[in-house]
Amino acid sequence: MRTDLLRVLVPAFSFALLLGVVFWLQPRTMSYLGLNLLFNLAVPIALATIAQMIVIALDDLDLSIGAFVSFCACVTATFLNDAPLVGAAILLGAIGVYALVGAVIWLRDLPSIVVSLGMSFVWSGLAVLILPSPGGAAPEWVRAVMTVRPPVLPMAIVASLAIAAVAHLVVMRSSFGTALRGVGGNARSMQRAGWSVLSLRAGAYALAGLFGVMAGVALVGLTTAADANIALRYTLLTIAGVILGGGEFNGGRVSAIGAVIGALTLTLAASFLTFLRLSNDWQIGAQGAILILVLAVRLVLNRRESYR
Amino acid sequence: MSGVPHRPWVWSFGAAAAVFAATLLVTGGTGAAGLGQAALTFAAFSVIVGIGQMFVITLGPGNIDLSIPATMTLAGTVALKAMDGAAGTELLGLGAALGIGLGVGLGNYALIKALRIPPIIATLSTSFIIQSAAIWTNRGLRIKPPDSLAAFATGAPLGVPNVALVALALAAIAWLLLERSLFGRRVAAIGQNERAARFAGVPIDGVRLATYALCAVLAGLAGFLLACFSGGAALNMGSEYLLMSIAVVVIGGSSVAGGSSNVPGVWGASLFMFLIVSMLNTYGFGAGVRMILTGLIIMTVIFAAGGGRVRRR
Repeated sequence: MRTDLLRVLVPAFSFALLLGVVFWLQPRTMSYLGLNLLFNLAVPIALATIAQMIVIALDDLDLSIGAFVSFCACVTATFLNDAPLVGAAILLGAIGVYALVGAVIWLRDLPSIVVSLGMSFVWSGLAVLILPSPGGAAPEWVRAVMTVRPPVLPMAIVASLAIAAVAHLVVMRSSFGTALRGVGGNARSMQRAGWSVLSLRAGAYALAGLFGVMAGVALVGLTTAADANIALRYTLLTIAGVILGGGEFNGGRVSAIGAVIGALTLTLAASFLTFLRLSNDWQIGAQGAILILVLAVRLVLNRRESYR
Repeated sequence: MSGVPHRPWVWSFGAAAAVFAATLLVTGGTGAAGLGQAALTFAAFSVIVGIGQMFVITLGPGNIDLSIPATMTLAGTVALKAMDGAAGTELLGLGAALGIGLGVGLGNYALIKALRIPPIIATLSTSFIIQSAAIWTNRGLRIKPPDSLAAFATGAPLGVPNVALVALALAAIAWLLLERSLFGRRVAAIGQNERAARFAGVPIDGVRLATYALCAVLAGLAGFLLACFSGGAALNMGSEYLLMSIAVVVIGGSSVAGGSSNVPGVWGASLFMFLIVSMLNTYGFGAGVRMILTGLIIMTVIFAAGGGRVRRR
């Protein structure tokens, strides 16, 4: 239990520290508008990070999530806008493909890295077919949802809290979520205990696909247009977010709340340099440095824990 | 080895040859020499990074180097800057590129070891930092490589492109290292069973350190050659080689689970990957269809070859 708590505390603390420094450097960010600007683009990243976290909980890795979110964004900006029913059907079909991939990986005992690598080409190709050049338009309702101005807390914060809460309930608290993490821990013993690993994995991948779809829709709601490469960098960003949030590569050890915090931290790390008036060239580098720093802190804390 | 074809690399060459023939069917046999030259040239870059990635993947589950594209870009950029287009600086540029590769490799393993984090995360974080360093160095960079190097990278005085000869020599050395040297045997032993290798007295850390350094040095070399070949370094010059380096290893018949690798297969798979794209081009398919088919082919190969083996990334 203690290590579980530690798993969330370290990322939460490092996030709070980073946010504190940003507030100190630029007090104007400490406002409704400022917070919204800081974290606006974190919403789709947080959704995609949850998708990646579900796959990592299964002991797999999804190298196609960036291409998949781009594909969903392209569908949202075109079909979902022009012919909502067709668009919804395509997105549902895409979730079905995700479930199928999850099932095939298990049935044929394939390495998830390579399968998702292949799928990333497929999603990117489909996205290019739909939108050969940047364009499209966000459906009215999507735009309305993403730009709504709730009282007290800005949309970006409310959305992040909601994503963390829902993902926590589904992945950490429900029986499905527990079984899912069990598959990541030891698939064979789950099978012996009478669970169908096949349907659990297909269900988990479908859930990951659902979060990927939501990430694509949310992204278009913010950018109002899409292109085929819009979210390619999400693939590496989401892996970093999951690990930053206390997830581990094996044994189904993940944290939903941590993953959302990880996504927020990476978003903040990218804009951090602007506040230090440093060159934007180092934006991506700052994300890498934060990642290394947090992992180093966690190592030290874990060590102290094991000495007791 | 039961269930796995005796020489898995034969398949990748067979597939490459079939695609080559299918392309020539459309053109009616014209352009065979040109297509062959182009295939050898572009496959060479994939081979160089693919060999490095293969050594790393052979180390066993979880070992992978995600920093290859960033290393290529940084090495190409810094090398061109060091040479500044002047004649007589070729060795300085090569040294800079290889030095950056070596630094990245040592840094990668230092992180893996010191923070005890999975190689994916370690190489991911360093790649973020290297990428930023490349953006910073590359700003406004419009330096051409020295004429001698540009001529070397694009030339083919012996009928075969020079870069292909370099890749061929490297592949031969890699094969010798892997199959005939103590180092190669140790890499495979770690990949098959790290515990057993440790008990057998294999210096795990030394071998892994050398492997990550080797991979990054090869990435640096590939970046150097690519920058000279294309007449300058661009920020996105390495981007396609992340997926490519993994794909050629897997299609080439090396085990994704580690412990078993295949040097000739990397060549076959690299030729195959280039030829398939040019075939689809010749058939008049657009970029979208080309990517979809590439993805389906990668999955078909792994689906046909991968079943039943020890799985794990």
